[in-house]
Amino acid sequence: MSIAPIVHSVEVKAAPARAFELFTMQMSRWWPQGGTIGGKPHAAIIIEPQPGGRWFERDEDGKETQWGKVLAWEPPGRVLLGWQIDCKWGFDPGLLTEVEINFAPLAAGGTRVTLVHRDLERFGADAAGHVQKLNGGWPTRLRNFADFTGT
Amino acid sequence: MTYHKSSASKSLAALGDPTRRAIFERLAASPAAVGEIARGLPVSRPAVSQHLRVLKAAGLVRETASGTRHIYRLDPRGIGAMRAWLDRHWRSALDGFREFADDHHDEEEDSR
Repeated sequence: MSIAPIVHSVEVKAAPARAFELFTMQMSRWWPQGGTIGGKPHAAIIIEPQPGGRWFERDEDGKETQWGKVLAWEPPGRVLLGWQIDCKWGFDPGLLTEVEINFAPLAAGGTRVTLVHRDLERFGADAAGHVQKLNGGWPTRLRNFADFTGT
Repeated sequence: MTYHKSSASKSLAALGDPTRRAIFERLAASPAAVGEIARGLPVSRPAVSQHLRVLKAAGLVRETASGTRHIYRLDPRGIGAMRAWLDRHWRSALDGFREFADDHHDEEEDSR
């Protein structure tokens, strides 16, 4: 089963390098309120700026909850992130979906920022994979899939 | 678990029951008939059938006939619902980003 990727884009006034910086290094400041997975509201959302770096949120108590990781770090044009939040809104290192963001200069100045979230069918494969791994112990894991699909 | 508070759904309610979750998990591993599902669980076939009806009504499971056998499998539209959620999420996040970026694009110094 294959699922069409999600694609969205916006145009911003900033040049690509600046847009890239605002997007990746100041995510805490524009990410939708409440749109995080930790138990408390996020104090920071951090992308460690290198391949293999973590993508995580930190709450006011300093508790960190990982979301994924950096797969490619290519300022000012592109960043490729691994989204590893599973269906129960928890970090799952065994799940990897890709979020690619491209920053393309516009003729009139500014930048077109295009985001693609792909490999969405892996959420389902993830659920099935867990069942196989757990091999008969009726786990709580599938609840993940349920919670996610239930929204 | 901030996100799904605002969009309570039949799917979630259907999976609030541990037996139904177990059935759902079983079907995530592979499609199966009622008897096969019941063998792996400490519940009767009629009980499994009843749970399957609830899962079907919630759009999580669908049924296909293969001869006289009725085979149950996960309904891919369930993942479609997840995709729809992510789609809304990214639309909203990018709109937030545009607004923020346009307010701050000419700043020299930034704080995290």
